[in-house]
Amino acid sequence: MAKSALLKSSIVKKYWMALTGLFLCLFLAGHLAGNLQLIFGTSQQFNEYALFMTTNPAVKLLSYLTYISILFHAIDGIMLTIQNKKARPVGYAKTDGSSSSLASRNMAVLGTVIMVFIATHMVNFWAKMHFDKNMPLVQKEMDNGMGQKQIQLVGTKDSQMPYMQLDQSGKLSKEFFETIKMQTQGQYDLEVQDMTKIVNKKTGEVIFEGYKDLYKLTVDFFKDAKYGLFFTIGYVLAMLALAFHLWHGFQSAFQSLGATSSKLTPAIKFFGRAFAIIVPLLFAIIPIFLHFKK
Amino acid sequence: MSAAKNININLKIWRQKNANSKGSIETYKLDNVSTASSFLEMLDQLNEQLINERKEPVAFDHDCREGICGSCSLYINGRAHGPDTGITTCQLHMRMFNDGDTIYIEPWRSKAFPVIKDLVVDRTAFDRIQQAGGFVSVNTSGNTIDANSIPVPKVDADKAFEAAACIGCGACVATCKNGSAMLFVGAKVSQYALLPQGKVEATQRVLNMVRQMDEEGFGNCTNTGACEIECPKGISLENIARMNREFLKASVK
Repeated sequence: MAKSALLKSSIVKKYWMALTGLFLCLFLAGHLAGNLQLIFGTSQQFNEYALFMTTNPAVKLLSYLTYISILFHAIDGIMLTIQNKKARPVGYAKTDGSSSSLASRNMAVLGTVIMVFIATHMVNFWAKMHFDKNMPLVQKEMDNGMGQKQIQLVGTKDSQMPYMQLDQSGKLSKEFFETIKMQTQGQYDLEVQDMTKIVNKKTGEVIFEGYKDLYKLTVDFFKDAKYGLFFTIGYVLAMLALAFHLWHGFQSAFQSLGATSSKLTPAIKFFGRAFAIIVPLLFAIIPIFLHFKK
Repeated sequence: MSAAKNININLKIWRQKNANSKGSIETYKLDNVSTASSFLEMLDQLNEQLINERKEPVAFDHDCREGICGSCSLYINGRAHGPDTGITTCQLHMRMFNDGDTIYIEPWRSKAFPVIKDLVVDRTAFDRIQQAGGFVSVNTSGNTIDANSIPVPKVDADKAFEAAACIGCGACVATCKNGSAMLFVGAKVSQYALLPQGKVEATQRVLNMVRQMDEEGFGNCTNTGACEIECPKGISLENIARMNREFLKASVK
């Protein structure tokens, strides 16, 4: 009995909703802390942070947990909504609605808005960061010592070479690779791996490692002459939906888990509402800041 | 309080011949309703008018007419038990309405509460939930022990009493956007879980009552809190949280 109840009971669905929801609140806090570097940090700091977030194994594990939580939260939510609709096959001709808050009655709608946002957000940033061959790399214009300006790729801290020169078209120079191959009698036959690394084919030795310019991608996205304002407004509206979702959801999770008491509950409600306002607000400020930045 | 006066009202009432027929909203005009009369007395007056017109009177549930039996239901102008808090429909008075008002009267809407006729719904789903575990087993072979011989902390006794104030009217289900019965079940689980007599069967009680609740086709709670607002007995959401705790405890045992 207890075992089957743990899989299908109405109350267990609520536990899952609460646990995944609270985990996603932690994710939001972490994501926000990273994003705020777009305002308070340098482009260098932000890009180093982005590199860390895409390569660190512990972060990778957390990110998988986040994907699973988002999916589970959404699927569980859809299942609950379908069941709840079935529980009232004939509706009322007249409803009042004064006995519950607007946010609490529209969690599924708000959740759908957030889900659409997450999908577009991942297409615009996550997918580009991971898979886009045209993802910009961090570059720097430097003097080559002969009074000429040249564009070079900036290497990471661990890179053997701090810079890598690009040819005039802004690409890694084929001639340069060939020159090295000739000069070293084939000892250094180089190729580009994972978009950012220059590796010796024979030994697997990483000669140079640059990093992706997520900062530039983000700033360009929100400053885009055509769609920048549209993207910024869309982002802000999604954060508004998130705020309402959290306004009800945060304290609701504790109620679902039965984690209530006369002493704790008022504090949880206060914290939840503060979280619901502050976190989406700070998220929303970032694209506005970037859009209007000179 | 102002003196009673007579008002004329328009009624929009759900009429449905029986469980299998398709119902619809019918409109009635009722004049000279005293604001001192109760809502159910107003319906009595309507039925008298309908009988005089040789029409079928409106069927509605009622029994004690003093707010304790839980029989009267009615979704009035979009709210369970009408536009007032902490009352059942029999305690609702016509002084809450104005001359010329249009009043919608609908039955509780829930898959688990099918309409029997007009405004009468079948609430035996609640009985089956109660029978699944809402009791304490006692030996009644002549040596019944006085319940008061077991000491109970006053705080717990008060909370148990507040939960036990539930009259099983179904307003929580009717008002919940999800048609969830968790306030009812939460109250019934709590009233026993809080007392030493109820702790003996606590594990099986909560599992069985929740299982029965799910089987009856009630929806899932999303913590909107509407039930707590509309409950005529002021049953607190805290009881749902307690049920959730009890269920978690019982599930991992």
